[in-house]
Amino acid sequence: MYDYLRAEGVTQIAYVPDAGHKVMIDRSLADADAHSIPLTTEEEGVALLAGADLGGAKGVLLMQSSGVGNCINMLSLTAGSRFPLLCIVSMRGDFGEGNPWQFPMGRATQAVLEAMGVVVLRCDAPEDVMPTIRAACSMVWGSGEAVAVLLGQRLLGAKKF
Amino acid sequence: MAQLKRIAGVNQPAATLDRREAVPALIERPQDWLVVAGLAGTAQELCAMTDDGPNVFGLGGAMGAGPSMALGLALAQPNRRVLGITGDGELLMNIGALGTIALAAPANLKLVCVDNGHYGETGNQDSQTGLGVQLDRIAAGFGIAVVHTINTMADMAEGRRILAAPGLAFILLRVKEGPAMKKPRSLRPHVVRDRFRAALLGR
Ligand SMILES: Cc1ncc(C[n+]2csc(CCOP(=O)(O)OP(=O)(O)O)c2C)c(N)n1
Repeated sequence: MYDYLRAEGVTQIAYVPDAGHKVMIDRSLADADAHSIPLTTEEEGVALLAGADLGGAKGVLLMQSSGVGNCINMLSLTAGSRFPLLCIVSMRGDFGEGNPWQFPMGRATQAVLEAMGVVVLRCDAPEDVMPTIRAACSMVWGSGEAVAVLLGQRLLGAKKF
Repeated sequence: MAQLKRIAGVNQPAATLDRREAVPALIERPQDWLVVAGLAGTAQELCAMTDDGPNVFGLGGAMGAGPSMALGLALAQPNRRVLGITGDGELLMNIGALGTIALAAPANLKLVCVDNGHYGETGNQDSQTGLGVQLDRIAAGFGIAVVHTINTMADMAEGRRILAAPGLAFILLRVKEGPAMKKPRSLRPHVVRDRFRAALLGR
């Protein structure tokens, strides 16, 4: 996934860490030709990638499903200005979740994204992941849409508590 | 009317500058920059100063977006000078962005906060900075190496020098309450995006 996104021209990789994104984050940190941008809150990433688009660059925002809640009003920037936006969301409060704190936002993630005009594509099996990422890239940079790819806990595995 | 209490023990000079004079005195040639301006006062004045120029993305909402957008733009365009200009209210809403910016530290990015101590747009309610919160000390605490505060016209020359020099910097421009310069501007953000990209990228 990392190599594919870099080949698509992604140069800004922004994130608040989640275990599901560990490999992507580590790859971005090891990549001298890309900007690995740790954020304090996910909504910064929505604005950051809008700025990247103004300057003709591409980026991706990696976040946990709880971070989707932090982005709601900032997505009015994306929708109103028709900025392309690619988010990859690792789900919590989903299949097999053992932490009750994760359920309210996990249940609301897809509805919140769709309410703010973001197209949601979901992956629950390993063989779905790359076709979904390829589809998302063409929707984002071909058509200018905002797309979130949700990586479900059936795929990522539930954290043990 | 009940009043919010000032934070005890903070002594700052009273703000005396009028933003309608101070902002153009600091940013003499706005057309030379790629500009992201925060909602309310700073978007109004940068759009007014450039006659709604295509090099200015003036926000009309998404409060808190300005500094982060300027960072994304600066990283995307390392050979252009990028100005992120914002109000104290907008900066406070996403104050952590200063840390994100300090870490990335693009040499072509300058941040200016026009600090009127108030939420001017919504009826001039006191903001935290009007009650003693010091954004220049916060910026320095986040690790931004060059921080300069402008209280009077005498501080302006150093501000202009910093804007002209390479390197990330944060300038706190303290102004009194009062209106920003204003002219009609497009509030349709997709139009503003498209014309910004067309002027910069030709697409
Ligand atoms: C999330 C959100 N909360 C509140 C508002 C209402 N609002 C619009 S402008 C503004 C004040 C902005 O203050 P500042 O950045 O200091 O700029 P000034 O108006 O003083 O120039 C506020 C609170 C908003 N637009 N968005």
